[in-house]
Amino acid sequence: MTAPRVLDLATLGVRELNQYLHHELPGSGIARVDILHPDGRHNIAVGLDADVDVDIRGHAGYFTAGMNKRARVTVHGNVGWSVAENIMSGRVHVRGNASECAGASGHGGLLVIDGDASSRCGISMKGCDIVVGGSVGHVSAFMAQAGRLVVCGDAAAGLGDSLYEAVIYVRGTLHGLGADARVEPMSERDLGDVGELLKQAGFDYRPQEFQRVASARSLYHWNSEVHQEY
Amino acid sequence: MCGIIGLLVRDPAQRQTLGSLIVPMFACMAERGPDSAGLGVFGEPLGEGLRRYSLFAPGERPDWPQLASQLEAQTGSSGRITVQDNHAELASPVSPARLREFLGTFRPRVELLGIGRQLDVFKDTGDPAEIARRYDFGHLEGSHCVGHTRMATESAVSPAHAHPFTAGEDFCLVHNGSLSNPYMLRRKLEAEGLHFETDNDSEAACRLIEWHLRRGASDVRQALEAAVEEMDGFYTLLVADGRQLTLVRDAFACKPAVVAETDAYVAISSEFRSLAHLPGISQANIFEPLPEVIYSWNV
Repeated sequence: MTAPRVLDLATLGVRELNQYLHHELPGSGIARVDILHPDGRHNIAVGLDADVDVDIRGHAGYFTAGMNKRARVTVHGNVGWSVAENIMSGRVHVRGNASECAGASGHGGLLVIDGDASSRCGISMKGCDIVVGGSVGHVSAFMAQAGRLVVCGDAAAGLGDSLYEAVIYVRGTLHGLGADARVEPMSERDLGDVGELLKQAGFDYRPQEFQRVASARSLYHWNSEVHQEY
Repeated sequence: MCGIIGLLVRDPAQRQTLGSLIVPMFACMAERGPDSAGLGVFGEPLGEGLRRYSLFAPGERPDWPQLASQLEAQTGSSGRITVQDNHAELASPVSPARLREFLGTFRPRVELLGIGRQLDVFKDTGDPAEIARRYDFGHLEGSHCVGHTRMATESAVSPAHAHPFTAGEDFCLVHNGSLSNPYMLRRKLEAEGLHFETDNDSEAACRLIEWHLRRGASDVRQALEAAVEEMDGFYTLLVADGRQLTLVRDAFACKPAVVAETDAYVAISSEFRSLAHLPGISQANIFEPLPEVIYSWNV
C-alpha cells in the first residue's frame, strides 16, 4: 500500500484542503489521505466523490464529511454538529462522540459513531444507515423517511417523532417515544438487518438484544373525524 | 448567533495564565459574534469595605484620575483608579448608590458596568479581537471569567447591549440564544422594584437569576433551577459569581456548548475549535452539556 498523502490543517486552509480533495485527488491514484490538526475546524472533507480512505487525526467541527459519496472517512476524535449531513454513499466513521444532527437527511451510505450522538441524530434521514455505539439524544430520527438507525445504548425522549418509513433499533432504554412512533416486534428480517449493520460497524452485540421502533402511520392521513379544534 | 466562553483556573498558582488562555478562545469565537464583545473576570477579592467598580466611557477617554479626585471631593470617599483606555477600574469604599448618584450628576456619560469585590467587566461594540487588545485581556489574572462575542438578533448593537450583563454584586452572565418571554419576566421584576438598563432579553435573564439569589436561593444553581421554570426560549447561559461558574442549556439544546475539564482548568465554549489550543486538551474530559441539566464548577 502506498503511503498516504498527508495534509496538515495547521498550515493549510480548509478551503484549500477541500479543493484538493475535490479536484486533484480523483484520478491521481492516491488511495489514502491523512488530515492532521483538524482542531475542531468546520467543513473538513465535505463533498467528497472519490474512492479514497480519509483519516482525520483529531477532533473535527461542524458538517464534517457532509454530502459524502463513495469515500471512507474516519475521524479519530469527536465531531461537532451535522457530521455526514446528506451523506449519499460511502462510509463515515467517528471514533469519538458526535454532536447534534449526525447524519441529518442522509440518502445512502453508512455513518458509524463509536461513542454517543447527541440530539436529533438521523433527523430527516432519507435512506442512509446510522449505527451509534453509545446513546442518542432527544428527538433522534425526527421525521426520518427511509433508512435504519441502530442505537446500541439508550435513546433520549422523543425518539422517532413523526417518523415515516425509517426504522430504529435500540438496545438500551427508551426514554420516551415521539408522536406516532411505536415499538414493534422484531421480525427475522429485522434480526438479519441489525446483525448485518452491527457487523459492518464493528460492534459485537446480539441482534436479539434490540427493540424495533417504527411508525404507527397514524399521522400519514388527515383524519376528518377528529375535532379540528386547536 | 453568538459565542460564549468561560474559563475557571483550578490551581491558584496558575491564575496569572487566565488572560493568555482566554484570548485565543475569544478570538476564535469572534466568528460567531463579530459586532460586540465583553468579558467578566473575577480576581482577588478587595479588602473589607472596598468595592471594584468597572467604569466605561463609550467612545471617549475621560480624565479618569480627575474623576477619582472629583469623587473624593464630592463624597469624601477616595478611590484607586486603574485605567485601560476608555475603561477604568475604581477601587473605593464609596457605596454603589452614592457612586451612581455622583456619576449621574457629574459624569452622565460614564457607565457603571459592574460592581463587586472581585468582578471587573469590560464590554464594547466592535471587533472582538480589537476589544481584547484594547483592554489587554492577555494579561488579565484571576480565578475565572466569562466572555461573549455578539451577533445581535433581537435588540440594538450598543455597548449597553453587549454581554456580560451584571446585576447586584460579583454576578454576571453571558447568553447565546433568544428568550421569547423577556417582557413578561421584566414586568414581573419591575413590579418587585428592579430597574432595567436596556430592552435586551439577556438582561432579563440576568436580573431574574440574581433576583432569585437575593430572594434566598442558596447558590446560582438553585437560582437557575427556579429561573429555568420561568424562562421561555433558546439559551445556553453561563453564569459567574464569586464562588462558581454555572452552565445551563434550554430543553431543546438549541444553542451549542462544549466543556473541557482537566485537573488544571474547566473551559467552556460554544464550539470545540476555540478550546483546541488549550494545554493538555488532548487529555481533557470533553463533553457536550445535556439539555436542562445545570452544571456548576466551584472556584
